Amino acid sequence: MIELIAQNPFLASLLALVGLGLVFGALLGFAAVKFKTEGDPIADQIESLLPQTQCGQCGYPGCRPYAQAIADGDDINKCPPGGEATISALADLLGVEAKPLDAAEEAVPSVAFIREAECIGCTKCIQACPVDAILGSAKHMHTVIASECTGCDLCVEPCPVDCIDMLPIETSLQTWHWDKPKPPEDLIASDRGTPQQSGANA
Amino acid sequence: MRKIWDIHGGIHPAENKHQSLLNPIENAGIPAQLILPLAQHIGAPASPIVNVGDRVLKGQMIAEAKGFVSAPVHAPTSGTIAAIESRVIPHPSGMTASCIVIDTDGKDEWITHQGVKDYTQLSKLELVDRIRQAGIAGMGGAGFPAAVKLSTRDDKPIETLILNGTECEPYITADDILMRERAAEIIAGAEILRHIIKPNKETLIGVEDNKPEGIAALKKAAEGTGIEIVVFPTKYPSGGEKQLIQILTGKEVPAGGLPSDVGIVCQNIGTATAIYRAIQFGEPLISRITTITGEACERPQNYEVLLGTPVQYLLNKSGFNKENCIRLIMGGPMMGYTLQDTAVPIVKTSNCVLAPTVAELPPPPPAQACIRCGMCAEACPVSLLPQQMYWFARAQEHEKLENHQLFDCIECGACSFVCPSNIPLVQYYRASKAEIRQAQQDKIKSERSKERFEARTARLEQEEAEKEAKRAARMEAAKAKAAAAANAAETSKTDIIQAAIERSKAKQAESADPAQAAIARAQAKRDGGAEEESPQEKTERLQKLLAGAEKRLVAAKEKLALAQEQQSDNADAFATAVSKTEEKLASIKQELAAHEATLAPAKTPAPSTDSTDPAQAAIARALAKRAGAGADESTEDKTTRLQNAIATTEKRLVAAQQKLTLAQEQNDANVGAFATGVEKTQAKLDAAKKELADHQATLGANDTAEQVASDDPVQAAIERAKAAREAQANMSEADKIKQNIESLENRIAKSKEKLEAARAAGDDKADILADSLAKLEEKLAAAQQQLS
Repeated sequence: MIELIAQNPFLASLLALVGLGLVFGALLGFAAVKFKTEGDPIADQIESLLPQTQCGQCGYPGCRPYAQAIADGDDINKCPPGGEATISALADLLGVEAKPLDAAEEAVPSVAFIREAECIGCTKCIQACPVDAILGSAKHMHTVIASECTGCDLCVEPCPVDCIDMLPIETSLQTWHWDKPKPPEDLIASDRGTPQQSGANA
Repeated sequence: MRKIWDIHGGIHPAENKHQSLLNPIENAGIPAQLILPLAQHIGAPASPIVNVGDRVLKGQMIAEAKGFVSAPVHAPTSGTIAAIESRVIPHPSGMTASCIVIDTDGKDEWITHQGVKDYTQLSKLELVDRIRQAGIAGMGGAGFPAAVKLSTRDDKPIETLILNGTECEPYITADDILMRERAAEIIAGAEILRHIIKPNKETLIGVEDNKPEGIAALKKAAEGTGIEIVVFPTKYPSGGEKQLIQILTGKEVPAGGLPSDVGIVCQNIGTATAIYRAIQFGEPLISRITTITGEACERPQNYEVLLGTPVQYLLNKSGFNKENCIRLIMGGPMMGYTLQDTAVPIVKTSNCVLAPTVAELPPPPPAQACIRCGMCAEACPVSLLPQQMYWFARAQEHEKLENHQLFDCIECGACSFVCPSNIPLVQYYRASKAEIRQAQQDKIKSERSKERFEARTARLEQEEAEKEAKRAARMEAAKAKAAAAANAAETSKTDIIQAAIERSKAKQAESADPAQAAIARAQAKRDGGAEEESPQEKTERLQKLLAGAEKRLVAAKEKLALAQEQQSDNADAFATAVSKTEEKLASIKQELAAHEATLAPAKTPAPSTDSTDPAQAAIARALAKRAGAGADESTEDKTTRLQNAIATTEKRLVAAQQKLTLAQEQNDANVGAFATGVEKTQAKLDAAKKELADHQATLGANDTAEQVASDDPVQAAIERAKAAREAQANMSEADKIKQNIESLENRIAKSKEKLEAARAAGDDKADILADSLAKLEEKLAAAQQQLS
């Protein structure tokens, strides 16, 4: 047998290659089973970047499904509450080009407010709230737990008496902060043609 | 001479301190209105303890500390509370916050207050509490409550107590003039602090060398106290807490740490004075020294100002020229902020109001591109890389900013000061810090939202699953039911038989019931003692029953005639029904007669008459009813019952006759009644005897038929049916027919017997029996034909 192989270098190399293939194939197969990752790590990472408003403005029922959709190849520019910041973070993570937001404007952070005198206690908003931030029971006035409200405005539409307003969150002394200075003007005439590039790309 | 360390970087801006040092401290006096923000310190805002309209005295607490890191607020002079409302406060945002507004009365009337004669007798806790109650917050600029800083823990021994008299910012001279004029108070305050903190190494007062007069005064006051006045070269920003610690001790406070981590406590000299006054005289913090300076003011000056004094009031005193002023700055030119409103009050942290002219502090020239010269990095006292952070701040790279220790930046503004491109670097850092904090908060909130969303989803899923489970259970139950029904259909025959057995048993139980029930009813009646049914009513009832029975008898006879005409199989049944109805009718008649008979003696007052006992009567009635129900009463039972009835009636007759003779002997008035009673009883006895005779006569006729019927007819029938079915199941066609013939022959034999008996008794049934016999014989002939 050995002599036969020694006599035929073609056969010898064939056997060696097939043997190697089998060994590594078995190794890889074993590794695939042994080190199998649970869930979808990319979707998890994407989800951690999304604002968790659960508003469904992306067309998916919540942030997790949208994260899964992005992981499966959907666009990254469908999240108005996240805005440009989320898009650029997603672009960084996924190594794709950042796109302009798929909406007219970024959603202003807001909080739902129930005009309690007008509330009829129908509980429809309670059922609509994705984060259980509305308190109340049937035929009793409801109210929003402002600190838990994500401002998704899913409760506005089901209200039969239109007593829910989305109020923009006002800055208080505690939340006030300095703004960034305006980007410097371009003093050199030849720079002024490309106003977009004067900032971060300088 | 002790060793002086140096800090990295630093700058030397124009000092401009001399303008406000020309005159000594002037008391600013009492303005018409004082505005006291509830948050003049770092930490939780104080909470008001006065109401609008209350009169308050100088030094009276008007808002109490809310929490550990907080400080109370006191009335700086006497007056009335005009309002507790939102007013513009000294803050870079120019926003409003709740303030207590006092209308002063000019009397400046003190509340009773008392100092401590010998503070060395008091414990650390008592002293710290007095400092807390005095509302003292750091007066150098940050406004950290002094009592919190002094509440050092024993596990972190303090080596050095440092008093900060650096005052490195240009223009500000509040501490300088304090040192010059009130050096003794500073030293006294330092001694109190030393007593509280008990530093195991030294107590230092750090002063920059640009305040020679202050240094001289301090040194003089500190003689013999062991407090060392350390003088070091002027450089901005040596006055920062961490920078001063490094200059004086060479120790660096770790990033994110506190001075106590390296065994040091640092207080401003203004704070030390306030502590001295609080301990020595019991005076809370109600005034401070504030510098009003800048070329837009004619008379730059240091004022002893009541807290809450509007800035406008001080500017007016200093000859403020609004036209010349480019902007009003609270604090120094390096770290201060622009005031948008001159109505804002002086608070515990306000050390300077700067009103510069355009020439003095020109607006910053437009920022240009960063040329990466690196001067900012050289100037940074914290050894950061400002230009790198600038790029990261512009590109929103928060992670990299944090990696470059953005949060160690003290926002001193040295980098902006040296930048040749006039880039407002500090503003980028301030904004970026805020953005990062905001992002962290958003992150926390989004985590929370996610948690809540997931909890809700899980809850909904569980509810859905529970519903689904219930639905499945219902479906399962329905299926089981259907299967059971199918099974039942298969075994329906046995079931029907079973059901029939049950029905018949129930019937038996029922038929025994009426008599029992009647007895029970009667006994209940007797127990109740009330004779609910009067004799008249009873008569009526019995007559009604009689009428009903007669009607039924007529109907039954009609039916029987009809059935016989049509040769129906039911004729037999109708015949028995007619005979039973007749029996019933007879019994009702009898009862009615008996009742009428008892009615007469019952009318007599004689209590000894048995028949008045309602229970007896009821039992008799019940027995009669049972006799009427008759169907299930066996013939033997009937015979014995009748014989018993006869015996009892005979006894009663004897008794009645005895009574009658007794009554006749005594010539009783009731003799007539007793006589009729005897007659009636005699009649009853006759009737009973007749009935017994009748019964015995019919007994012979019905013997065979009723024998079978009385022996639980249903059970027997079922037994027979079962046996027949079992036999049929195992038999061939011929066998079945043979069996059939046999049974027919049996039935014919029986029918013949019956017929003979009926004929012997001269019964109506004889014809019917003859008919049915003929039919059976026909059937037998047919079956025999089939077999052959």
